Amino acid sequence: MTWLTWRQLRASVAIAAVGLAAAVSVLLATGQRLSGLLRTAGENFFDQLDDDATLEAVLVLGGRLVWALPVIVGVFWGAPMVARELEAGTHRLVWTQSISRTRWLANKLALTGLVAAVVGTLGLALTWWSRPIDDAVGQGFNGSSVASVPRLWPDVFGTRGVVPIGMTVLGLCVGVAAGLVIRRTVAAMALTLVTVVAVQLAAPVLLQPHLLTPTRDTIVYTVDRITELQITGPPGSEDMEVVEFAVGLDEPGAWLVDLEMVDAEGRVVTDLPEWLVDCAPHPGSDPDVVAACFDRLEDEGYRQRVDYLAASRFWQLQTVETGVLLLLAACVAGFCFWRVRRDLT
Amino acid sequence: MTAMIRSDGLGKRFGRRWALQDCTLELPAGRVVGLVGPNGAGKSTLLNLAVGMLTPTAGEIRVLGALPTASDARRAKVGFVGQDTPTYDGLSVADHLRLGAGLNPEWDEALARQRIVSLGLDPKQRAARLSGGQRAQLALTLGIAKRPELLILDEPVASLDPLARREFLQDLMEAVAEHEMSVVLSSHLVSDVERACDYLVVLVDSRVQVAGDIDHLLATHHRLTGPRRDPDTLPADQHLVTASHTDRQSTLLVRTEQPILDPSWEVSRLSLEDLVIAYMSRATGPAPRPTLEALR
Repeated sequence: MTWLTWRQLRASVAIAAVGLAAAVSVLLATGQRLSGLLRTAGENFFDQLDDDATLEAVLVLGGRLVWALPVIVGVFWGAPMVARELEAGTHRLVWTQSISRTRWLANKLALTGLVAAVVGTLGLALTWWSRPIDDAVGQGFNGSSVASVPRLWPDVFGTRGVVPIGMTVLGLCVGVAAGLVIRRTVAAMALTLVTVVAVQLAAPVLLQPHLLTPTRDTIVYTVDRITELQITGPPGSEDMEVVEFAVGLDEPGAWLVDLEMVDAEGRVVTDLPEWLVDCAPHPGSDPDVVAACFDRLEDEGYRQRVDYLAASRFWQLQTVETGVLLLLAACVAGFCFWRVRRDLT
Repeated sequence: MTAMIRSDGLGKRFGRRWALQDCTLELPAGRVVGLVGPNGAGKSTLLNLAVGMLTPTAGEIRVLGALPTASDARRAKVGFVGQDTPTYDGLSVADHLRLGAGLNPEWDEALARQRIVSLGLDPKQRAARLSGGQRAQLALTLGIAKRPELLILDEPVASLDPLARREFLQDLMEAVAEHEMSVVLSSHLVSDVERACDYLVVLVDSRVQVAGDIDHLLATHHRLTGPRRDPDTLPADQHLVTASHTDRQSTLLVRTEQPILDPSWEVSRLSLEDLVIAYMSRATGPAPRPTLEALR
């Protein structure tokens, strides 16, 4: 049976191998340059990285490719696996040999799943390549480009580490299930495309924030730590109002899961105090007024409460999320085993 | 002797529609059984139930004394050539043999190779490039080299041209004669069955209308033509199958083990097709249909 699975899979494996090899060679070829940049540029790392179109392109396109892998695997390997047999009638040939459908599917899923997992390791390769960026983030270097986003943040978390492996295996199982339900290759591919893209979009929002208990900290507001300040209304008028107000956390590379202003009793403040406008430094403002405002904040017990995951918890969150994805994949595979044993003529 | 296929109250429903309902039959082992019936009679459903492609909604089917999906060892005893004789387009002839070798414990490699040679198939040829007849032969090779006790073929020649059809059936007959196995072959063409089978089952609306050794069936069915008379007046040992009347003449189709002694009848033998059509038309109701013309 393994031979048959391999025989039917080998063309796809060849294409995947070529694609992977190409991607990995690009990473290998540019990896040295990136780490060299960190050594020479130091604190200006992100500014100089912004100027290097090649490195930025590798980072951005690499991230997109890793993001797309589960979709590609699900659509082109998963969906046709059973649907094409049903469409061509070859299930009547293969399911009436001396082997049960369960074993047939188990073999196909296991081997294809293994290859899918290998494909997913491109995420690890990208993680290796991005080490200088993560080091720079860890050292607190600031940047404004996409490159400076810490790897724990939802934007990039799913394209690094081992999560792509779990997601690729899940994508494969979703494709197989779609093929078993719809029984038409093209329609199953379309359903898989929509479903896996939806899962990829949902994971950072619905999954990532709920897997680990974040560290909770309260921070005193100080003027030099302001990271976010948004004011509405014309400057100097009575209508001026602060709508966004936050100070930074002294944890480079951390992911802020939640951030609230709390009062002296620890309750979340929903309506920011009106006098908070004084805390906004702007051209022509009196530094004493600003300082007094921050003193008042501290005296009245206003603090910023943050829930965050420190950069050091990256691999812990990676492991847990991958585990959850593989568990989901196992559930979908379980459905496939149940379905394949039912009537399919 | 165990029946090769025995079903009891067997039924299969797809959604609200019963494709096969309350089917009770017994097919003897060691025969080449031709299963004929009109489209929608449930032939294909019955055979798919027999190989475990479908599970019954009601009743039970036993193949060689066991449930079709009882174990891999049971699966090894039953070969199946599915409708339109499916093969993998992307796989070569040699790949198909390797598939068969990998998936069947009793695989007869020498037999498979010898068949490919005698059929004149190029082992490197992809199945997609084979003709319909060659594809069917390849599917049959897989079924035979599995060395099953029972080979089931679901309309294997339906999509073949007359020449390929004849070659396929001839090849099947030679293989059956060479390797002892029971065969069930479904077809909606009586000529296929006549060429290949020695046992006939006519299935209409899930019911077995008639079943038996073909030679025996032909020897015991007669067409009687004579002056018009009421079929109820026939002797007790003559069973009426169909009757048609003109103003002065009656044409009766009867089954009897005894010789026909009444001199007023003109007795003639039936072809297998006449016999099948008679049972099929009897089952579908008394309304006269064009097929009845064949009986006059």
